[in-house]
Amino acid sequence: MSGDVLIVVGAGIVGAACAERASAEGFDVTLVEPGTVGGGATAAAMGHLIAMDDDPAELALSHYSLGLWNSLADLPQAQFSRCGTLWVAADERELAGVPAKLERLAAVGIHAEAVDSAALYQLEPALAPRLAGGMLVPRDAVVYGPAVAMHLVECAQARGARLLRDRALRLTRDGVELHGGRTLRGTVLVATGCALRELLPALPMRARKGHLVITQRYPGLLRHQTLELGYADSAHGSDDSSVAFNVQPRPTGQILIGSSREFDDAMDPAVSMPMLRRMLERSFRYLPALRGLDALRVWTGFRPTSIDGRPYIGRVPGMEHAWVAAGHEGLGITTALGTACLLLDQLLQRPTAIDAAPFDPARLAATVAA
Amino acid sequence: MAERYDVLVVGAGPAGLAAAQAAAGQGARVAVLDAQPRAGGQVWRHDVRHAPSAAAARGIHDGLKPPIEWLAGTSVVAAQGDALLVQTPQAARWLHYGNLVLATGARELLLPFPGWTLPGVVGAGAAQALAKQGWPLAGKRVVVAGSGPLLLAAATTLRAHGAHVVAICEQAEASALRGFAAGLWRWPGKLLQAGRLRLQLAGVPYRGGTVVQRALPAADGCLLRAVGIAGPRGTERLACDMLAVGYGLIPNMELARLLGCATQAFGAHAAVQVDARQHTSLDHVYAAGEACGIGGVDCARIEGAIAGLAAAGAAVPAGLLRRRGHARAFAAALRRTFALRPQVHALASADTLVCRCEDVTLGMLDGHADFRSAKLATRCGMGACQGRICGAALAELGRFPHAGSRPPLFPARLSTLAHAEPAS
Ligand SMILES: Cc1cc2nc3c(=O)[nH]c(=O)nc-3n(C[C@H](O)[C@H](O)[C@H](O)COP(=O)(O)OP(=O)(O)OC[C@H]3O[C@@H](n4cnc5c(N)ncnc54)[C@H](O)[C@@H]3O)c2cc1C
Ligand SMILES: Cc1cc2nc3c(=O)[nH]c(=O)nc-3n(C[C@H](O)[C@H](O)[C@H](O)COP(=O)(O)OP(=O)(O)OC[C@H]3O[C@@H](n4cnc5c(N)ncnc54)[C@H](O)[C@@H]3O)c2cc1C
Repeated sequence: MSGDVLIVVGAGIVGAACAERASAEGFDVTLVEPGTVGGGATAAAMGHLIAMDDDPAELALSHYSLGLWNSLADLPQAQFSRCGTLWVAADERELAGVPAKLERLAAVGIHAEAVDSAALYQLEPALAPRLAGGMLVPRDAVVYGPAVAMHLVECAQARGARLLRDRALRLTRDGVELHGGRTLRGTVLVATGCALRELLPALPMRARKGHLVITQRYPGLLRHQTLELGYADSAHGSDDSSVAFNVQPRPTGQILIGSSREFDDAMDPAVSMPMLRRMLERSFRYLPALRGLDALRVWTGFRPTSIDGRPYIGRVPGMEHAWVAAGHEGLGITTALGTACLLLDQLLQRPTAIDAAPFDPARLAATVAA
Repeated sequence: MAERYDVLVVGAGPAGLAAAQAAAGQGARVAVLDAQPRAGGQVWRHDVRHAPSAAAARGIHDGLKPPIEWLAGTSVVAAQGDALLVQTPQAARWLHYGNLVLATGARELLLPFPGWTLPGVVGAGAAQALAKQGWPLAGKRVVVAGSGPLLLAAATTLRAHGAHVVAICEQAEASALRGFAAGLWRWPGKLLQAGRLRLQLAGVPYRGGTVVQRALPAADGCLLRAVGIAGPRGTERLACDMLAVGYGLIPNMELARLLGCATQAFGAHAAVQVDARQHTSLDHVYAAGEACGIGGVDCARIEGAIAGLAAAGAAVPAGLLRRRGHARAFAAALRRTFALRPQVHALASADTLVCRCEDVTLGMLDGHADFRSAKLATRCGMGACQGRICGAALAELGRFPHAGSRPPLFPARLSTLAHAEPAS
């Protein structure tokens, strides 16, 4: 395949990771990105590298990716910190769900520990009183996504990849036409996140808005990325809007507070004060000390959300030369590296490290046709 | 219960106070709020040792006279619909308005140069404010530098509080200053004021065409000891304990931007765009004074009065509009006189800090095409000041403009951000 042309459209963390892998495999890579590299959803994300166990396919992809992240753990600008994930159970009912989670994680080889109430407060003394306990996943980590995307693009460029500051207008029979008027010929990989429909209208994609708040520096207040066990319901449920307690200690000593979810296909970036209030109230319930801290900035971002919540990774149904890697919802930082390997293996017709079928865009062919 | 005002004025400087007075005169329910505990803004800032001028005392008295409600120490955090979320040191609340008047004033333009982050180096306006708050200055040797009439005002205040003003270094060429002085007859009030300042500053060298190139630390490396200046007479070193340096004023745009008001260029910066009635591009929002472009105190008074009348639904007398034109012409002449010379833009070197909050040097920004890219890669502008200082400096240096504003408008308690709006 050496020397074959691959045009990667979109330089978020997913496109950047794919461009890096493809250039390493010897492809002649051109990246097309009109904005800042990593400036889309990637710039808004918390950057929590997390093994979510509620969907077996996503868990496999996350686990695979977490292994690949080790190669970037020493990159200074990645700000990699292995703070682990502490899942908090509000009550006995939530705590009762922990053994099943441990089992699902253990099945793919991820080590996690049940945490009783006493241990919980040893791990995070600032948590609200009377929480039941939880679960600790020590190998989970956090990174700074936009800088990683920039780094991956630089790696690709060092191997000869070009970065074109342009916007793809439409796919042609054998390439892609750009807004600037040029047409590029070759295999095309579409990694445009929320904007997928512009180029591939047959693949359903929605934008799921999220709010985040960053505080001043309060070193020592929090040590683990700490989430409520109900987070998965918020993340993967289909409610129109939801919030969950999800806070992260930044390497700077700042606290990054999430998370909210609501569909917003118009992608209005404005902060919604009612949504912000809901999200903060939820976080105060678990971490009352937050109330008195000073916030520096609130921002919003949009998670690219496919019809079933799983990313599309693979060949576009009915198109010989077009591939897709998009729709990673709230896990795209975690799963970008695995996505790139999974895609390249398919492109090179090699066996894949994990089952690619759950991510095959063709899974929707029936739905779309119907 | 929701608090609702016909006219809500943000900023209790000359413009905001004039707006409140004018709107209240029309029978509107008016409130004025300011983050500072005392009204007066920058020019009329309270002085612990000296009584206010008659104009300041009257302006403050009339602008806060009941039934006008005065909300001291109240900062705007966020906005939604027709309401502002505000916080005081103790509490948070939502204030609803029929019409809003933005009189958010200006701040100093600080530009990076080697040594500008040394303790002992402060803004010229900040030095003036510190003096008025009673900061001990007796016998301190101060160099006042930068550009604009604020330098004279700062030097006067510093002197009145016992400082020894070593020199005033004005970057504008002496010839430009003379040309400006010759045209002052058009604004007799200003001529008088200039004469008065001159008397108060008798004996202080006022050096045109002179810039501070670097601030030099004492042997221990951490306190200011001298400044290196360059002017028509070559380079020189002036021993001092304090450097008060500012390169003029730029409009405070955070709230206007958060609300989504249309803006216009103000040099390399931005100002709120308004029509003849001080109406912004938004239906219920007016703006007056420095927020619309630096115009000085007279201009602020006139624009405040116009905005207050318009926001209260009253007619604006033609005389006021004429006087505004005259005042704005003075401001334009000032700007031409004190336009920054290229030399000022070249003071910082690659290893000079530009973002003090996050320790980012100018050189670290090389290769970034816009502020967003630089910010995401280097954290420039991500700190407590959210790019207020470095963003303005980078725009002035011709690197990239800094736009957009996110809540909170300044660091605010999380409990404030979660403060529920009362059902109205
Ligand atoms: C609030 C929030 C919190 C999150 N937290 C986490 C987390 O903790 N952990 C985690 O793993 N994930 C998290 N995510 C999810 C993660 O951010 C995304 O899944 C991921 O960034 C998606 O990457 P992407 O490259 O597909 O999209 P993007 O980063 O959006 O990149 C798409 C790129 O395509 C470009 N583009 C679009 N159209 C065109 C076109 N026509 N031509 C050329 N280029 C185009 C865009 O400019 C953009 O740069 C979070 C997301 C949000 C919103
Ligand atoms: C892990 C992580 C940590 C971070 N830490 C910090 C931190 O410590 N401090 C900090 O300040 N930031 C931090 N950020 C956030 C970063 O500064 C940006 O805020 C973030 O990339 C989200 O972008 P934004 O929407 O605020 O847009 P910006 O990067 O500010 O860019 C704004 C863009 O959005 C456009 N826009 C359109 N409508 C609006 C609107 N209503 N409001 C605002 N912009 C609008 C603007 O025109 C502009 O193009 C962090 C980000 C991450 C991923």
